[in-house]
Amino acid sequence: MKINKLYISLTLIGINITFLSFKEDPNKKITLKDITFTNPKGFPKPNYNFDNNKLSVEKFILGKTLFYDNILSKDNSVNCGTCHQQFAAFAHIDHKLSHGIYAKIGTRNVPALQNLIWKDSYMWDGGVNNLEVQPINPIINPIEMDETIENVLIKLKKDSTYVSLFKKAYKDTIINSQRLLKSLAQFTGLLISVNSRYDKYMNKKDTFSISEKNGLKLFKTKCANCHTEPLFTDNSYRNNGIKIDTLLNDSGRGKITGIEKDNQTFKVPSLRNIEITYPYMHDGRYKTLLQVLNHYSDTTNFEKNEDTSLHKIGHLTLVEKTDIIAFLKTLTDRAFLYDKRFSDPFVRYN
Amino acid sequence: MKKTHNIFVFCTILLLIIPQFSFTPIVKSVKGQLQINFKHVVENELLKLDSAYYKNELGQSFKISKFKYYLGEIHLKSVQGKDYYSKSYFLVNEDEESSKQITLNQIPNGNYISISFILGVDSIDNCSGAKSGALDPLNAMFWAWNTGYIFLKLEGNSPVSKSPGGMFEYHIGGYKQPSNCIRKIELDLTKNPIIINNKVSFLELKTNLSEILKSPNTIDFSILSSVTDSKNADLIANNYKDMFSVLSVKNENQ
Repeated sequence: MKINKLYISLTLIGINITFLSFKEDPNKKITLKDITFTNPKGFPKPNYNFDNNKLSVEKFILGKTLFYDNILSKDNSVNCGTCHQQFAAFAHIDHKLSHGIYAKIGTRNVPALQNLIWKDSYMWDGGVNNLEVQPINPIINPIEMDETIENVLIKLKKDSTYVSLFKKAYKDTIINSQRLLKSLAQFTGLLISVNSRYDKYMNKKDTFSISEKNGLKLFKTKCANCHTEPLFTDNSYRNNGIKIDTLLNDSGRGKITGIEKDNQTFKVPSLRNIEITYPYMHDGRYKTLLQVLNHYSDTTNFEKNEDTSLHKIGHLTLVEKTDIIAFLKTLTDRAFLYDKRFSDPFVRYN
Repeated sequence: MKKTHNIFVFCTILLLIIPQFSFTPIVKSVKGQLQINFKHVVENELLKLDSAYYKNELGQSFKISKFKYYLGEIHLKSVQGKDYYSKSYFLVNEDEESSKQITLNQIPNGNYISISFILGVDSIDNCSGAKSGALDPLNAMFWAWNTGYIFLKLEGNSPVSKSPGGMFEYHIGGYKQPSNCIRKIELDLTKNPIIINNKVSFLELKTNLSEILKSPNTIDFSILSSVTDSKNADLIANNYKDMFSVLSVKNENQ
């Protein structure tokens, strides 16, 4: 009887192992077609092109695996995807400020990762000038991953999976910082969101409700000066009039340039997928889009030195705000949020 | 059987060797090598990290714990008009003896009457993503939060410095106006030209570290003990542009 039970247990374990190991590898489905870049219709030329980082399936898969692997953090507890969640357009949904290792809390709201190749700089303050060198920051930041690039490389070299992934991608066994960073850039660079209802509407493949149409019209006159289509940002740094949080005391762009007038200016974020990247503003102070519009529609809210473009907005009625919000929700790109090419390869749906 | 095997091996070796003999004399090499050596000094004394004490212009005593800098875009000006240019970067580090020797290959034969290079890293290379070799961010000469290379690091101690432990730390970089710290250095060799003639020539350069603290801007350790971003970086950059001089040129073919 006892032996019988043991056999059953062993068989069950055996079945489980077989099931796990023969489970379909999500990466296997990725083909060259999936990672071929073509500039979307109506979009400007990207600032980061893949000329010096030729796209390949193997490099993309390596980049994606690294993106989602805790190996990048000092105590192997967090990965890029911890704070950059795909279903939230790679922002951190419902988190005011960024979270990091050892339950530490940062000073800024996690920005969405989308259409990065059209940016000319990265971070809220634009301190990083190239997509490839951006990941160094979260990796070495003591309140994000608290790791060193040197140690990440040591860990990767010891890991047979990575030795093989690097070899597949680069045809030899060298694992260095350049390859690590370039692979990550293949993944993050291809996070492109261009299939929202707005995009379909613009290409006459979808219709808008009256409210959405009104919202778009209002948006074009009041918001598009900074949130310029089709990227919904003009890549500039501006003071959006919110009062300085004296506890965070974030000088924004000024810290990078050392120029006084740049203090308290931050990069204009894209509004694509804005519906699911709440809370809003560089410090996540507003929970809803209505709160954001309430701020912009009342000049008495503005801190001094606000950007003059804000004066174009003027007072918005509740109906107008509702219409703008209805329009903003058309920027949600469900195909992007659930695109399997970008999903976490470590997740097992058993 | 064994004999056939031996003959086979012999023939293979012969086949490998013969072309070397028969073709080398036909293709004439018209290129040579230049080896540049850097001698780091504080005025007339050889630099010794961590132990030796020196004095600056103001009579303040100091010691040095770290001294590294980037060089690149080496250009040799030839009398005949065919110049040599290499975009490559080198990280010269006092703590790493081998880094103080740079070898340039494939230099066309000729007489070279000046050498120029930049101290720093060109703006394009500051903006074009992840690099390897001398420009690998792992060399700790890279600012991640405000992307760009640190062109020169000079660190040490002085009793008059008001920083913790009497430290001073000058991390100089920046490729954008108004604080562009890239400096072009040109050294005249007309009196003692580098003559490349199929062989190796040697150029010994002196890097006088005290120039960084001296002119045109006298650095007072008690006032300026830390430069780690664009603020005041210009002051130091305008000083370091004069820190190189030619010690000797040796041409092997002479």
